[in-house]
Amino acid sequence: MRIVIAKPGLDGHDRGAKVVARALRDAGHEVIYTGLRRTPEQIVRTVLDEDADMLGLSSLSGAHAFLFPRVCQLLVEAGCTDVTVFGGGIIPLDERSLLFDSGMRAIFGPGTKMHEMSEFVDAVISRSSSNQPVGVGEGGDWVWSSGE
Amino acid sequence: MPKSLLEQAISGNRRSLAKLLTAVENGEVSRDSLKLSTRVADGSVIGVTGAPGVGKSCLIERLLSTWTSNGLKVAVIAVDPSSPLTGGALLGDRVRMESADDNPNVFVRSFAARNQPGGMPNAVVLAADVMRNCGYDIVLIETVGSGQSEIRVVSVADRIVLVEAPLRGDEVQAEKAGVMELADMIVVNKSDLDGSERAAANIISSLELTNNPPPVLLTSAKNSAGIDDLATQLRTLRAKPDAELARARERLLTAWDNALLSREDIDGVLDGLAGSENSAQEWVDKNLRW
Repeated sequence: MRIVIAKPGLDGHDRGAKVVARALRDAGHEVIYTGLRRTPEQIVRTVLDEDADMLGLSSLSGAHAFLFPRVCQLLVEAGCTDVTVFGGGIIPLDERSLLFDSGMRAIFGPGTKMHEMSEFVDAVISRSSSNQPVGVGEGGDWVWSSGE
Repeated sequence: MPKSLLEQAISGNRRSLAKLLTAVENGEVSRDSLKLSTRVADGSVIGVTGAPGVGKSCLIERLLSTWTSNGLKVAVIAVDPSSPLTGGALLGDRVRMESADDNPNVFVRSFAARNQPGGMPNAVVLAADVMRNCGYDIVLIETVGSGQSEIRVVSVADRIVLVEAPLRGDEVQAEKAGVMELADMIVVNKSDLDGSERAAANIISSLELTNNPPPVLLTSAKNSAGIDDLATQLRTLRAKPDAELARARERLLTAWDNALLSREDIDGVLDGLAGSENSAQEWVDKNLRW
């Protein structure tokens, strides 16, 4: 899988994003890292030009409730409805349904085990190959839950 | 379907170009299936090589902004290594190319080397041709950070720029054989640092004894010194005249490697070699006679 890992907004903490990028690399995926402080428009452009299958968004600044749905909306507008979007960082539990409603398929918080990330990717691959919805604009109510 | 993807890409649809490049990278389309004729090496596809950390990506970012402000469209193929163990890759060259995410006249695509010999995926040749056909005036190919003798890039690019930086060893380094002999231009980057002029002088003096020495330029991607001159000279750079045999050799090796690695039985062959059933030399002697 080609996976973009991105840091939207004004947030200088990228240790988590780099660890995730490394874990996905070690699971055999091609990971494109965008660097810090990208706008939603820039992130969508990267996903588009790199023809990515998945996009992971990381935010520890508290701005996820604005930035993540904005990225999802722009992806759909750009025609990238089949791209699977997931997120991570400091995302309070009671704010997650809003993000799932915007098309995200998984949120990973602190304490997530590395193997869980690649299990999620494997689940996406398996669902996708049987034409079940996984993309940001494909609808359906599937979201990742640990131990699936 | 690929044909219509190409038509859409030529008409300016970025997503179609991106999808087409994926098909090229995965070997799902060929020059024949796309009905593209072989491109004449006119100097518009430029390989940028050099050791890790000399500033290849930053220099490319400067070239992107200079050329696009002159009305040109520029595409970049940025190659990074794949893991020889898992096949995964971390592609990070975009981080230093800010134009990649904003500038409508720039298209940057990351390629994993996918353990192709010489760190240069064979698909890059066709990918560069596709980009040229889609209206990009110049295609830059950034190689994996390489040392002294990785010269596979000469088989995919019309011109080769070797990027160097100061403080990379004593003057004997400049006398050694290798990629420096095939470069059409040598750029000593980081001219804002002490020792850069001396590094350039060492390179110039070592090349003085060769026929047709390539131009040696000093640049600083950090403060933009020398960038305009570099951008101008690259547009009219001539191929090093006596490197044609070496280029042909690299093209042959690339085609040969590709034929070997795309054999249907290659996985079984590798398993056999890994299990020490026979040595690689024995396998070659037995199976690759013609």
